Amino acid sequence: MVNIAPAADPVEKAKERFGDDILHVKTFAGETTLVVSPENVPDVLRFLKSAAGLTYNFLSDISAVDYYPNDYGDHYDGEESDFRPERFGVAYHLYSMLYNRRLRLKTYAMEEDPVVPSVIDLWVGADWLEREIADMMGVRFEGHPDPRRLLMPDDWDGHPHRRDYPLGYETIQFSFNADEIAEHKPFAEE
Amino acid sequence: MGVMEGPKQGATVSQKLGNLGVVTTSLDAAINWARTGAMWPLLFGLACCAIEMMATQAGNYDLSRFGMELNRASPRQSDLLIVAGRVTRKMSPVVRQLYDQMADPKWVISMGDCASCGGVYNNYAVVQGVDEIIPVDVYVAGCPPRPEQLMHGILTLHEKVKNDNWSDWA
Amino acid sequence: MVVSRPPEKEQQVEQWEGNVEQLRGLVTERAMTGETMLLNMGPHHPSTHGVLRLLLELDGEEIVTCLPDIGFLHTGIEKNIESKSYEKAVTLTDRMDYLSPMSNNTVFSMAIEKMADLDVPERAQTIRVICLELQRIASHCVWLGTHALDMGAMSVFLYCFRERERVLEMFEMLSGQRLMGSYIRPGGVWRDLPPEFMPALDEFIPYMYEKVDDYERLLTNNPIWKDRTLGIGVIEPEDALSMGLTGAALRGSGINYDIRKAEPYMGYEKYEFEVPLGEHGDVYDRYIIRMHEMRQALRIIEQAKDSLPDGPFRSENRKFVPPKRSELGQSMEAVIHHFKLWTEGFSLADEEVYVAIESPRGEIGCYLHGTGGNKPRRVHFKTPSLMHIQALKHVSSGHMVADLVGIIGSMDFVLGDSDR
Repeated sequence: MVNIAPAADPVEKAKERFGDDILHVKTFAGETTLVVSPENVPDVLRFLKSAAGLTYNFLSDISAVDYYPNDYGDHYDGEESDFRPERFGVAYHLYSMLYNRRLRLKTYAMEEDPVVPSVIDLWVGADWLEREIADMMGVRFEGHPDPRRLLMPDDWDGHPHRRDYPLGYETIQFSFNADEIAEHKPFAEE
Repeated sequence: MGVMEGPKQGATVSQKLGNLGVVTTSLDAAINWARTGAMWPLLFGLACCAIEMMATQAGNYDLSRFGMELNRASPRQSDLLIVAGRVTRKMSPVVRQLYDQMADPKWVISMGDCASCGGVYNNYAVVQGVDEIIPVDVYVAGCPPRPEQLMHGILTLHEKVKNDNWSDWA
Repeated sequence: MVVSRPPEKEQQVEQWEGNVEQLRGLVTERAMTGETMLLNMGPHHPSTHGVLRLLLELDGEEIVTCLPDIGFLHTGIEKNIESKSYEKAVTLTDRMDYLSPMSNNTVFSMAIEKMADLDVPERAQTIRVICLELQRIASHCVWLGTHALDMGAMSVFLYCFRERERVLEMFEMLSGQRLMGSYIRPGGVWRDLPPEFMPALDEFIPYMYEKVDDYERLLTNNPIWKDRTLGIGVIEPEDALSMGLTGAALRGSGINYDIRKAEPYMGYEKYEFEVPLGEHGDVYDRYIIRMHEMRQALRIIEQAKDSLPDGPFRSENRKFVPPKRSELGQSMEAVIHHFKLWTEGFSLADEEVYVAIESPRGEIGCYLHGTGGNKPRRVHFKTPSLMHIQALKHVSSGHMVADLVGIIGSMDFVLGDSDR
């Protein structure tokens, strides 16, 4: 008979183990978010993955958010309890198959040189999730063995998912500006 | 015996030959009939329109009745490039290379809104119309176009080919 | 006599400037010396199910390393959604996983409903379940058709697409479009079931049961099929979990994880259905699982349509859902809501949510972060195909190229899903 430890409260156990490294805890719409700083991410994830009573053994998703232009740092005028120190947020979505519940771990990477340690040795599946964020958002993952671009061509400049990157909108041709636009639009001959 | 008489005025060669099983036609019509009869498309589906193209090829809306029984995988062996789906900036050199590898005569049908004009996506990643890269003969609109719409596009292309003149390209 | 040749045209072929050095660290050392061959299974290939580029390092016929290269279908959907209001963005989500657009719509709508605490009436939930399960059947039909076509069984392709036409006819009755209907929207569905839908569905269910049995009769005990799929592409359970696989690929290795059972949504807890599990984790197991999934989907549709309640088909919360056209003539509030919602759209809080559902491919998740305004700050879709293509690197070493085609088919990925 396998001994299954009873489900423990992730916030309590994490605070017990890491103390002040857990910078902030938030709950919204039934989801719990723990905020840590980037250098602690692998340790906290390793703890959450293997601790008895937690066992968040499945990595669902890694997502990145860009809080540009002024919803972060000292300029942030949101609620005091909403912790947003830096421009880029990276959210790890974890799922525990044993206790059937989800948890989010969030970290904030700074604007000038956003770096977060890679968790590829915990989950092999984090490989492309991190590569995509490195490609599209510009957040570097230290310790990742293969940091090439994933979705954009190899010689592309810039990081498209950042909020200050233009959409690349082409002016739509209506009858009044059709000729003007057609002059500048490339058109293949042969 | 008298002098052998020449053909009567107004009688054509086929009338003289009667039912010997010979048909006369013009060179144009013969060449264009051969080209439209078995125009093999290149197996080139990119996105959602490719699924509708496969559905058009399958049993319900059969494309084999127009001669397009098989899709050739190699560009050297195909005549028709149906660009089905959105062409992104990363994919555009590949499309151009495939078009260059196809042997003459070749035609291009741009299937769907994304291939014709960029479709729903007006952004950095999608080429706004595949005619920026390769010359297109027929544009088929729709997102994705119904199989009947694609067949109408193919038949329009056949009409266009039937009006071709061999002196243009020979 | 010397035959005259046409004058030689100047070859203007671009020489590839790269060399093998660029791949150092990604492929084994034997490729650097030329002992193994580097082959490009390029973006244009009949068996790669879309525009996927696989760089294979081959030792004869055996694969030493397989490097997938994606991005040839990257459309910037996530960035495009950031510039549209929520209701308009539903049409963009259709086109991600183009074999199951209803699932994409559902996950996005559910994320909006979770954030806005928007109710979905019972009738809408049941209609959504019917649509999702029909979509599962249609998607598995394409999967089976293309997988069998790649392995050589060409007639299965034609049979599967014939069945898929029946499902697409039903979708056309619902939303007017065969694919990409944008039928499932935040708050419910776009419109109520038309009168011709139910009789068509009643006819379809027993017909489809027979057809699934037909496909099994063609393939399951077929010696060629079994030769090509048994023992190929075996994935151990721990590896599957670590690689982030979900859906039939995970259940093939024996892990019983189906979001419809684990975290039920849209009323799935009311329906009785089984989740098929495999034992060996090979291509054959994944094939059998998906065939059974089609049968269970039919079972769910039967139960759903028998228990279809009456009521509204979309939420009545006028802060988020536009009013019906008939109300506009009677009520001033309806006109104001209509104007506000169709010009500006509703606003969501500056918070984040994550919702995951079971699409035919696996777990599709939507991470939604609002701004407090009418456009989202960030929408990120965690798509199952991204994880499955990643897994090719680990699953394919030691197999031959022909086996790789079978593995690709059984992982069931769609490039629109992984590239977005």
